[in-house]
Amino acid sequence: MTQAILFLLAALLFVPLALRVGLGSVLGYLLAGMAIGPVGLGLVSDPEAILHVSELGVVLMLFVIGLELEPKRLWAMRGAVLGGGSLQMVVCAALLMALGLLLGWTWQAALVAGLALSLSSTAIAVALLQERNLMLAPVGQRGFAMLLWQDIAAIPMLGLAAVLGAANAADSAPQAAADPFSGPLAQVAAVVAVVVLGRYLAYPAMRFVARQPVRELFTGFALLLVLGVAALMQRVGLSMGLGAFLAGVLLASSEYRHALESDILPFKGLLLGLFFIAVGMSMQLGLVLSAPLQVLLGLMAVVALKALGLWLVARWLGLRGPSGKLLAVLLSQVGEFAFVVLAAAKASTVLSPEQADLLTLIAALSMVSTPLLLMLFDRLNRADAQALPADAMDEPDSAVVLAGFGRYGQIVARTLLGAGIKPTVIDHDADTVDMARRFGYKVYFGDATQMDLLHAAGVGRAKAMVVAIDDVDQANRLVHQLRQAYPGLPIVARARDAVHAMALHDAQVHHVQRELLESSLRSARATLELLGFDAFHARQLADEFRRHSNQFVSTERANAEDLDDIVKRARQAREQFEKQQQQDLTRQASRRGHAGWDEPG
Amino acid sequence: MPSTLVILAHPRPSQSLATRALCQALADAGNVEVRSLYALYPDFDIDVAAEQRALAQAQLVVWLAPVYWYSVPALLKHWIDQVLAHGWAFGPGGEALQGKTAWWVTSAGGGPADYQAGGVHQRALQDFVPPLEQTARFCGMRWLPPHVLYRGHQLEEAALRQAREDLALTLARHRQDLGLLPASHAEAETPATPE
Repeated sequence: MTQAILFLLAALLFVPLALRVGLGSVLGYLLAGMAIGPVGLGLVSDPEAILHVSELGVVLMLFVIGLELEPKRLWAMRGAVLGGGSLQMVVCAALLMALGLLLGWTWQAALVAGLALSLSSTAIAVALLQERNLMLAPVGQRGFAMLLWQDIAAIPMLGLAAVLGAANAADSAPQAAADPFSGPLAQVAAVVAVVVLGRYLAYPAMRFVARQPVRELFTGFALLLVLGVAALMQRVGLSMGLGAFLAGVLLASSEYRHALESDILPFKGLLLGLFFIAVGMSMQLGLVLSAPLQVLLGLMAVVALKALGLWLVARWLGLRGPSGKLLAVLLSQVGEFAFVVLAAAKASTVLSPEQADLLTLIAALSMVSTPLLLMLFDRLNRADAQALPADAMDEPDSAVVLAGFGRYGQIVARTLLGAGIKPTVIDHDADTVDMARRFGYKVYFGDATQMDLLHAAGVGRAKAMVVAIDDVDQANRLVHQLRQAYPGLPIVARARDAVHAMALHDAQVHHVQRELLESSLRSARATLELLGFDAFHARQLADEFRRHSNQFVSTERANAEDLDDIVKRARQAREQFEKQQQQDLTRQASRRGHAGWDEPG
Repeated sequence: MPSTLVILAHPRPSQSLATRALCQALADAGNVEVRSLYALYPDFDIDVAAEQRALAQAQLVVWLAPVYWYSVPALLKHWIDQVLAHGWAFGPGGEALQGKTAWWVTSAGGGPADYQAGGVHQRALQDFVPPLEQTARFCGMRWLPPHVLYRGHQLEEAALRQAREDLALTLARHRQDLGLLPASHAEAETPATPE
């Protein structure tokens, strides 16, 4: 409990501070960790355990990334993963290994160190990419493909670190030898199981849970899903993150994608923050004092070599100009999985304890260096960096987000569809979502008043937002949230009645439509026509009424506490309107047959 | 199928004495279909396909529309814009109206004295006809001289009866010239205009 308070306090203190200075949230968390860790104030003594728990943050992050990547697109990325990923690893590892050999290390030590340091941090790189909205840009896609490859390659790397050591290989990788539930066969079986379950079981289960009236059950289910898959993967000796990523990809095309994403996001964010805090805490900063030159030169050499290797590979892959340099900077740090590989290498005596400790510290410090290098990069490329995200997006978001897919929203959606505009639709009713899906709509399940969900649905990039929710309170809440978060976003809102319409006008909604006004006016016209009024005359009378009524609703302000007052004002306005209408009719009757063309008569 | 199509464009036909009389005369001739545009499309949402179907069946197209601001009421202009479409009424493949005949039957608020140099409208009513005439000719239609009822809204019952008879005679003459024989009165279409 006290630890949790400590972490939250440290994060709330350092992250805003780091953001204020322009260092980014990742560095803020790392600094918070250093401050409260054994080297700093020493408030936390067991950073390893924290690191272990908070790895779930990385797992959840990979799940969310998977959610945003439909199988189709993942398949399209296969070349980038296999080609670009392996190329990056070979080039970077070769450069780093050469340095190791130059320093007179054994080839085994140089190889393991080179491979371990060639890994980049998915947590840091992806967090930075997302911070800059670059995940879908070519630089983000290339970078992510490399990170994905590293996640796959890190598993055999662990084995290699154990095998290369002359000593007890079994100690460093205890599961690999004896356990019947690991090994290639079990791993293949586990992956197949995840694919089958994700395809055929998770979906009906989600629908069932979504139908329950208890909202938090769905959040629980989402967490269970991710943690279950992660645990299964760990059991058979595969990367937990990889399993979670796979599960995410499998659910990417389901309509629950946005709901899952918005439910998982807060956990992901906090746990990922905790992970960075733990990395900060576990830094052996003592070495900086005892061997400052080694640490500093080592850090510079590792980051420089990695960046060089990445830049070469980026050029090879066709990322030129600022994009290539950005990729080099973004992946220049050493990843969290290197800690594990280095620990295994230390245990199997491939690396001496001194070597391993030094490399571990360099790896941790390199994570700090990335946000700093990125600031430098931005300063040098200010103009280019700004131009980069806008033209690099390759997945167009829907121009319209529509909340509420009831009878009202459906008509709006169908009309838009007729114009070739496919709105992103959000609804909280599982049956509605299910029905709409069967009609072929792209509908997402969730509570539209959750900002996370709106953000995930792409409201920030939409040209207009339609609020077609039937519940007055929910609609008001959504409108106010939108007004605050996206002040420039035009809103088209459905109002239940005149009082609600007044409230929406008050909230500066661009188009307010009372849900029954138009259909009621139609009925009024039909009645007038039955009484012998010409159809166009009936229309003109209805138009007059609409104008009068809308005028009242948009200029008068509703005082929710004083309904009597509204009623009084409405009655006054209505009497005036009726008097005016009667005068018009009387004047027309008296001039019957005497009208010129300037007035229909 | 009626060979005479009356396109009636008056916002409130039931309140117009002149237009109602003229419409009655046309409808009573038999073998006539009357389409009241303001009754069919009070929201100006013209069903183009339906209008084109009606036009395709007709030989004589009568635009029954009062003079509004030296032209026709807005919905008839909108009807022209929408229905006489490129590729249907003109342009490549636009031959649907070739050989048909157009006729403007109208009522004007003023009298002949108003429609002359020095009168309130300064010009003869004939001077305001060319845009409509050329519209018909551009679509390959023949053009008949417009039938004008002056001071229609000021006429007494007897004068209106006379106006009905005049129009009926003129219509009969035109139909005879065009080789369109009216069917028996029993087949006459009921006008869309309320009495």
